[in-house]
Amino acid sequence: MSNPSAPDGPPDEPADAPAAPHRVIGTPPPAQARTLLGDGTGDGTGDGARPAPRDLPADPQNLRQAKTAERIVAALFILSTLASIGFIAAYVGLELNSVDSVLRSNLALGTSMSVAFLALAVGATIWVRHIMPNVELTEQRHPLASDPEAREAFAETFAEGAEASQFVKRPVLRRTLIAATVPLAVAPIVLLRDMGPLPGTTLRHTVWRKGMRLLKYGAYTPISPGEFSSPGGMITVVPDGYQDDPDALASATSIIIKFQPGLLQPPTVMNWTVDNIVCYSKICTHVGCPAALYEQTTHHILCPCHQSTFDAPRGATVLFGPAPRPLPQLPITTDAQGYLVAQSDFHEPVGPSYWERG
Amino acid sequence: MSFTWRRRPAAGYAVVLLGLILVGAIYAAITGSGESAASTTPTASQAAIAKGQQIFDLTCATCHGLQAQGTAVAPSLIGVGSAAVYFQTSTGRMPAKATDAENDRKTPQLNPLEIRQVGAYIQSLGGGPAIPTPAMVSTIGANLALGQALFTADCAQCHNFDGAGGALTYGKYAPALTASTPTQIYTAMLTGPEAMPVFNDTTITPSEKRDVIAYVTAVRATPNPGGFSLGRVGPVTEGLVAFLGLLFFMVLAAMWITAKHRKTADE
Repeated sequence: MSNPSAPDGPPDEPADAPAAPHRVIGTPPPAQARTLLGDGTGDGTGDGARPAPRDLPADPQNLRQAKTAERIVAALFILSTLASIGFIAAYVGLELNSVDSVLRSNLALGTSMSVAFLALAVGATIWVRHIMPNVELTEQRHPLASDPEAREAFAETFAEGAEASQFVKRPVLRRTLIAATVPLAVAPIVLLRDMGPLPGTTLRHTVWRKGMRLLKYGAYTPISPGEFSSPGGMITVVPDGYQDDPDALASATSIIIKFQPGLLQPPTVMNWTVDNIVCYSKICTHVGCPAALYEQTTHHILCPCHQSTFDAPRGATVLFGPAPRPLPQLPITTDAQGYLVAQSDFHEPVGPSYWERG
Repeated sequence: MSFTWRRRPAAGYAVVLLGLILVGAIYAAITGSGESAASTTPTASQAAIAKGQQIFDLTCATCHGLQAQGTAVAPSLIGVGSAAVYFQTSTGRMPAKATDAENDRKTPQLNPLEIRQVGAYIQSLGGGPAIPTPAMVSTIGANLALGQALFTADCAQCHNFDGAGGALTYGKYAPALTASTPTQIYTAMLTGPEAMPVFNDTTITPSEKRDVIAYVTAVRATPNPGGFSLGRVGPVTEGLVAFLGLLFFMVLAAMWITAKHRKTADE
């Protein structure tokens, strides 16, 4: 890419600065030091016109103050050094075999790292404010585009290169090269297959089936309407046989609520209730948080994440909040032993919306 | 000239500081703080019903009616049982100060004996759940794991995973469980005070109630390996503190870094 037609090159590097005295690592060559802050015209790669050096004061105005500041900054930097060493020591040295020792370790690591960074930052700020010259500078913006000659030269080089490579002259090479890139470009798209098999209809169903018992979460015991008999009662239930299957429970977990007689009304499906006990999905229809803050005074079911509020005796219709639809109701009945069982799966998908369900 | 530049940055810092103090004060006023209540020891008495009725007539009948039949402002107490009386009066919620959305926990107005007597009176009216015995609320030998499972499934949605409490609708809230005695936790589950659902003894068995109590009381002693617990109510307070605290620090730092500290000769 280097242009052979630019023999002199930009005179940025003054011949490796042969006579530079004590050049410090990380600083520009001394001859340039005074021009780094901009000159108002040059753009660094320009025509080589050396701008006039800025008039920066060599020393801070108040030398005594600067001396004090220097000591403070140095002390802060040493503090930062010690804190960093302390961080390493705490990381290596402190045991992590109990909750209390984790607390100690966290405190030591956090404190030492905070002090290390903070001391460094405060030191740098004091350095800038009290030791560096306090001069206001104005820098002009320059066009980002290269100058016309450079662009022309580039176009020329490009054309020359294309010609010299024989890319144009040898169609076999050109076409096989292009052919080689096509499958390579397709390969990443094929990798998208790993994003899984398509969900199919799994999002529409839960594991609830006809005759499956409702178990009290935690104890995993079946529930009879005679036991779950106090109006205002609420309990979390899971399908029998899936109590240890988190994937199944993620969609099948439900709550049952016992109401005073006469409270339940449409759109609650009465045939799906047993003795004023109604079962709703516990998964909020907004983004799937567990919505189970049942208030037995107002009969609201509240979702803690975004305050979606459902009207429990009226089919869990949405009263407030971002949830787009009621909590699905699970049809329940009792089995021969008198325990609560599902009549079927939910009749609609539980949980938040997805692409096929607006 | 050295006086004019010195005043401005100081005033800026003061304004920022004042604003943040104000925000903090408002926040503290909104959140408030809980208070503890003394626990009680049972001294059930059979012939205390008359004494209980006497106390009831003086303390409770104004709202609940002379026959505890309920009025427009307060529910009937027939059939609520002594457990409800125990929970409401031992936590100081009853007698209520006002008919607010939620009755706060406060210092009990009735002493333990009076609570038992009123409880006996209410129990005599229509039965209902009774105050548990000390053995029923003892957490010795309780199943902490089952207690946690039940608590996280059926209590944590309102009371927070470690009993720090949380907000409900229309000004109601689930109180923190940090000061609740085992008997209070038991009677609350049994009777479902205010908006809380009822967990009767056939839904959550007495043994499971003990497990829940064991979890609620054990979780209070959990150490905080992360440092400050910030009320252990989760990421909301943590985010708020981080945001306000860091914002304060960042604003001050930005002011300090950019402040015109020294005056040069040319302006």
